[in-house]
Amino acid sequence: MELTREQAVWIYERMRLIRSFEERVARLFADGRIPGFVHLYAGEEAVAVGVCAHLGDRDYITSTHRGHGHCIAKGVPVNEMMAELFGRATGSCKGKGGSMHIADVSRGMLGANGIVGGGPPLAAGAALTARTLGTGGVAGCFFGDGAAEQGTTHEAMNLAAIWNLPVVFVCENNQFAESTPVTYHCAATSIADRAASYNIPGVLLDGYDVLAMYEAAGEAVARARRGEGPSLLEAKTWRYFGHFEGDQVTYRTAEQSAAYREHDPLALFAKQATERGLLSRADLDRIDQDAERQVDEAVEFADRSPLPAPEDSLSDVYVAYR
Amino acid sequence: MAVAVRSLTFGQAINEALRLEMERDPSVVLMGEDVAGGATVPGFEQEDAWGGVLGVTKGLVQQFGRQRVLDTPISESGFIGAAVGAAATGLRPVAELMFVDFFGVCMDQIFNQGAKLRYMFGGKARVPMVIRTMIGAGFRAAGQHSGCHYSVFTHMPGLKCVVPSTPADAKGLLAASIRDDDPVIFFEHKMLYDLTGEVPEDELVIPLGQADIKRSGDTATVVAIGRMVHLALEAADLLSADGISLEVVDPRTLSPLDDDTILSSVRRTRRVVVVDEDNPRCSMATDIVAMVASQAFDDLDAPPQIVTAPHTPVPFSPPLEDFYVPSVERVVQAVRATL
Repeated sequence: MELTREQAVWIYERMRLIRSFEERVARLFADGRIPGFVHLYAGEEAVAVGVCAHLGDRDYITSTHRGHGHCIAKGVPVNEMMAELFGRATGSCKGKGGSMHIADVSRGMLGANGIVGGGPPLAAGAALTARTLGTGGVAGCFFGDGAAEQGTTHEAMNLAAIWNLPVVFVCENNQFAESTPVTYHCAATSIADRAASYNIPGVLLDGYDVLAMYEAAGEAVARARRGEGPSLLEAKTWRYFGHFEGDQVTYRTAEQSAAYREHDPLALFAKQATERGLLSRADLDRIDQDAERQVDEAVEFADRSPLPAPEDSLSDVYVAYR
Repeated sequence: MAVAVRSLTFGQAINEALRLEMERDPSVVLMGEDVAGGATVPGFEQEDAWGGVLGVTKGLVQQFGRQRVLDTPISESGFIGAAVGAAATGLRPVAELMFVDFFGVCMDQIFNQGAKLRYMFGGKARVPMVIRTMIGAGFRAAGQHSGCHYSVFTHMPGLKCVVPSTPADAKGLLAASIRDDDPVIFFEHKMLYDLTGEVPEDELVIPLGQADIKRSGDTATVVAIGRMVHLALEAADLLSADGISLEVVDPRTLSPLDDDTILSSVRRTRRVVVVDEDNPRCSMATDIVAMVASQAFDDLDAPPQIVTAPHTPVPFSPPLEDFYVPSVERVVQAVRATL
């Protein structure tokens, strides 16, 4: 699949913005400026961006507890995201969701999800809406290798397959469910192989290679749009940070992490894109600086945004009790 | 102007509400195990084999087709979660959880997804879905097919809970539930499906959160839920011979609960009995008594009484199950205890 320069710019912009956002969040969290739990997506950028490159306004995604990258790839503004992480009234969810429930339904982002395996049935439902109303939309369903062992993931894939729904299931296999390696928690050699039991295509991919992700996701999305049903992509990847911020990551070796950082998905794409003459070094530098600027602005926006009033906790739910 | 009514069963009234809402709004879809039945079996392309395990959804697939009356695998997390996702993106799904006791296999999708999305997303999502589910003892269906459990769902913020007791209420409350923008759990007592009653032919929408006084009286108030309304009415007939005049209040929806109607009745009669087929601890019975005690204590002439199932699972053998379900006699005794 040949990329245009415009597509290459979009891909690198999104990957860089995710990386800049997550690295900044790590520092802000360490400085005690973000309450609660955060789970960072750095290292996995090629997966969200390679898939969301094929999705538009009529399409939906479901996400995971590690959802910031999915938000950015689907076009959720980083100002509102950062404000949400800071618990501000201007946040994507008005401070009611935080990192683990960050969402923007108006942009087709059906929420990060604090429940591992919570999202796949929702994706099947979004695809059912698309089919029933004839919108032509597709649902992208991101889930981790940990969620691959949840019954909901199996149920949603089976349901999407028997109903022939336009879903692209994307397993982000970062090789650890919290501290537990996939080689322990998963009986299958490859999660993609499980597609065979639903009679849908299953493809194992290098989740560091955004071009490979882009190409495979393009085929899966096109297949879904043609009414030919769901697919399963398994992207083998690596998270740069711990399961959550504060995790000491005692279960991986420094050598493993160094090797993965050496092979970095952004560096790989920068090399591919410059070799093909799609992007110049100057383009890359400009995009890098622009991403940092956007994150600076997001932090400023969050900082100067008001906190919600305590009584705002009583709105946005049906409440009848005095 | 006279409203045309005719006699329908409780089950027929539910079927009629579904049909009218599906005619009115193409975004309403049904899904569940065997809601049509016989999917892909030759001869059943546009016919139902079952129309629901007790035939409540019979005939709907003939009218609306299999794209809107969706048989599901036995996969409650999958299809109830799909209903949540569909509701958040533009449909109004009515999912059937065949027996409420099955909530254990899909509660995450109800509780952590459906009930919480609107709030967690800062009010920027809505989840207009209904889960129809069968409740109640009396079928000798034993421990995993006979519970009520509506108190579990009433406890959860973000859900609305509806328990109709008559065919007309079932029709009007189901229409309101489908049109509501929040997730609604609609509890259908399996012993009521064959109950007949007058039901208006035309569209009927009964707002959620309005109790109904099923019988007026001034000696004592009996608040009764679902099938228990009929026990309360029988008790009222028996006690009227002794000059005791019961007011029977049917909350109809447990969430929202119409506190005002209950309180104004109790303030007038000064005595209250709550009849609830669910287990007693953390139940609607204790919740309603607590509400009355905290807000109308000085108006009471006697301690409130509750009549509930015992705190056990539902047993199988007929004498055991009959002992489990509250009886008219127990309601009568409870009323006499307030006098």
